[in-house]
Amino acid sequence: MSYLFAKKDSLILWKKNLVSFWSIYRQNTMGLIGLFILIFFALMAIFAPYLVTITTMVVDGVTQVLHPPVKGFWLGTDDLGKDIFAGVIIGSRVSLLVGVAATAISMGIGTVIGIVSGFYGKTVDAFLMRFTDVFLVIPWLPLMLVMAALLGPSLGNIILVIGITSWAGTARIIRSQTLSIKERPYVERARAIGSGDTHIMYYHILPNVFPLIFANTVLVAAIAILSETTLSFLGMGDPTQVTWGMMLHFAFSMGAVSFGAWWWLLPPGICVVLVVLSFTFIGYALDEVLNPKLRRRDQ
Amino acid sequence: MKLLEVQNMTTYYKLKEGYVRACENISLHLEQGEALGLVGESASGKTTAALSLIKLLPENAQVMGGSIRINNRDIAGASEEELRSIRWKEIAIIFQGAMNALNPVRRIGAQIVEALRIHEKMTEKEACYRAAELFEKVEIDPARVREYPHEFSGGMRQRAMIAMAIACSPKIVIGDEPTTALDVMVQAQVLQLLEQLRRERQMGMILITHDLSVVGETCDRVAVMYAGRIVESGLTETVFEKPAHPYTQALIAAFPNIEGERYLASSIPGNPPNLLYPPAGCRFHERCGQAYARCSEEEPLAVELSNRHNASCHLLQGRVRI
Amino acid sequence: MNHNSNNHSLLSVSGLEVHFAVRTGFLTSLISKNDSLVRAVDGLGFSLGRGEILCLAGESGSGKTTTGKAILRLIEPTGGEVLFKDEDVCRFNRSKLRKFRQEAQIIFQDPYESLNPRQTVFATVAEPLEVNRICHSIKEKEERVEEALCDAGLSNPRELFIRYPHELSGGQRQRLAIASALVLKPKFIVADEPVSMLDLSIRAGILKLMVDLRDNKGISYLFITHDLSLAWLVSDRIAIMYLGKIVELGDADAVIKSPMHPYTKALVSVIPVPKRISLIGKTLLKGETPDPINIPAGCRFHPRCPEVQPRCRVEEPFYREAEPGRFGACHFI
Repeated sequence: MSYLFAKKDSLILWKKNLVSFWSIYRQNTMGLIGLFILIFFALMAIFAPYLVTITTMVVDGVTQVLHPPVKGFWLGTDDLGKDIFAGVIIGSRVSLLVGVAATAISMGIGTVIGIVSGFYGKTVDAFLMRFTDVFLVIPWLPLMLVMAALLGPSLGNIILVIGITSWAGTARIIRSQTLSIKERPYVERARAIGSGDTHIMYYHILPNVFPLIFANTVLVAAIAILSETTLSFLGMGDPTQVTWGMMLHFAFSMGAVSFGAWWWLLPPGICVVLVVLSFTFIGYALDEVLNPKLRRRDQ
Repeated sequence: MKLLEVQNMTTYYKLKEGYVRACENISLHLEQGEALGLVGESASGKTTAALSLIKLLPENAQVMGGSIRINNRDIAGASEEELRSIRWKEIAIIFQGAMNALNPVRRIGAQIVEALRIHEKMTEKEACYRAAELFEKVEIDPARVREYPHEFSGGMRQRAMIAMAIACSPKIVIGDEPTTALDVMVQAQVLQLLEQLRRERQMGMILITHDLSVVGETCDRVAVMYAGRIVESGLTETVFEKPAHPYTQALIAAFPNIEGERYLASSIPGNPPNLLYPPAGCRFHERCGQAYARCSEEEPLAVELSNRHNASCHLLQGRVRI
Repeated sequence: MNHNSNNHSLLSVSGLEVHFAVRTGFLTSLISKNDSLVRAVDGLGFSLGRGEILCLAGESGSGKTTTGKAILRLIEPTGGEVLFKDEDVCRFNRSKLRKFRQEAQIIFQDPYESLNPRQTVFATVAEPLEVNRICHSIKEKEERVEEALCDAGLSNPRELFIRYPHELSGGQRQRLAIASALVLKPKFIVADEPVSMLDLSIRAGILKLMVDLRDNKGISYLFITHDLSLAWLVSDRIAIMYLGKIVELGDADAVIKSPMHPYTKALVSVIPVPKRISLIGKTLLKGETPDPINIPAGCRFHPRCPEVQPRCRVEEPFYREAEPGRFGACHFI
């Protein structure tokens, strides 16, 4: 909306909205925990290269493979003697990056299709929804595996694959919200002042669907990160990249289980769980924060 | 003996920020067969006052004081058990938007039968018979007892709600905005029906509304509420002809009178006060065109102007009849 | 049929129809070839002069709101013509329609739902300017918005710019809606029950605003309401609608004080006055307005008419000028 104001006013508005949002959000314990965990990992991901480098543990010229945790190598070493602690920290970068990027693609496609479909209705809606149904109905794991196998195991492709397989649910949700917003009097009013379709979709429907998108985005991000972990674990990931999923993949395929190398198996898994949990908590909190606000009516 | 006598009833809602003084020092009475109109705008406390009589309030509401006597029996301190036996049998309520309060997946007749069987010892057959009787009383074809709410029009649903309310032959019926959202003609029909029933059964009736016109057509007496207090009360004719409180005067001036001149009165400036932090002194003083120094300091007490006509305003002090 | 003796007519409607097809169930559609038709507006006509306030009054199901929206083409008319400054709105292409929309605006009934809750006051009023590419600089926009907010009676407009609708009271929101209609400097406004959701003590202010705008800026109004006493207070002429047609049209005072059509008489008889009047013994119309799917044959009012005659059951009366300036559709006026 900033096009309609002088810069200084839009800043005031931003602050105002942020303050009112935060004052409600911070009362939600779950949301705060989730936010805290997420910030922790986000910082970890951002500053990773400055914090650690992956070194190999060598003692007396002998590479110490599958060495339990010890000072300096807080989480021990893997089958090549590499530092797992550093691996976990570095791995957070890619895991989170993939999660965010895939989510962006997914939400982008889902929102556009959802809004266009809901707004125009009739043939456009029917066509787009059948198209969406295809993606909804096909089980995502086999679809992802097939596409990953076809496209090849590069990071970019992984992001693409996850994005393409997860937009359908979002599209459905946004479409139904669009259907209800379309009937509101203020949309009729927008027509009455001469607005065109694109203007209405962008300035009236989108901002009012936004809270829904926001809460949904967070949950999709959780799924995206899980998906990356899954793909990498199953061997479809990019072997040159260090991600939590890849670490799990190598751990399992190199026999960490039978060796009892819990320091290799647990940390990446726990990190994935924590991140996904944080997104989920935030998602729940957002639902609570954003919905009552929409329904509030002052006398 | 008065059918209903309320003295100094006060109800607050407890919020995190403090207490919302929804109604304070409400005193009113009702004779048998009489209709009292409780008039006020949104947030005036009228619904709270009525619901406080039978304590049908949300959890954070507290009736802080006062006495509520029905046929000389004080129910202010009654337990939940006692209240349950009073509700519907002695006092019935027709809620706002009642026509949408019917369960859409059950037949209307079944809902009345349910209400009857909870309160009175009847067999199913007896209750069905009674339901059909009630429908006749409210001028709906008794055969339609078997229909679903969506098959009834708005006016008919409201009549069905009235039928439900009088099912247990209560002594007092409280109607909370019983005709909002109905067409003018249907509104007149429903009000006519209510008045008819009231006279036949000698029921006391309290009609809560924001619409003065409803009061004029059905109520013998009227009490005007503003910001949780009763500012004026008296016989309907008297209040309409000689409104004493500035708020009442403004409301009456805003009432279009097709028998008079075509004249657009001005609005009352400002908004009703926030009852968490009500203004000092008279609660209306910030919006009153005739306020003076005393109004912002001291709350006015009720002054009796003539037989049964009271108002609370400092400007009336000179007219006290001792 | 419409009269056009007023050669200052801004708007002239004739034969307006808005019919909605209702899909019947699958099996029924196999058996019968008819889709049910909801004849919401079933052939009506009137004219509106410059600076005139014409009221469309009626109960629910009368088609008054549909008429107002059809004139603005927010709902597409299925028949008839709407002449605005002598050009047929129903035939306008997109760009002409846009220009028309700048001159013909609407105010909705619900001040809570008719404003986008995520748009600030400024954005709401500036949007019409933006959409029609009217102003070229922010400063110009701000001035126009401020002017519109002032015209709508909102004090301290600049302070309101960054507020959101939920921070305003009901009356203020309706003024905001009016400001956003005014900013385009329209000649004609359709006001659809503009005060029915506002508190009684606030209504007068909004109505006064509308009348002042007519007096000062010459804006014409189509005032839609179910409240005849408000109609009488504010309008120059009143048209009473029943089941999609106008049954009576005339000068406001005349229609209310000496109604011609039996339906008008019934409506006028239940207009409340500030007196204690018992309803016991008053003859009221029986029943409710039927569904526009099942419009009665002959005169559509005949099932409820207290003065019904055999002729009324078979023959639909013509809408005609019974007396100079007074129109009605009844066999006996």
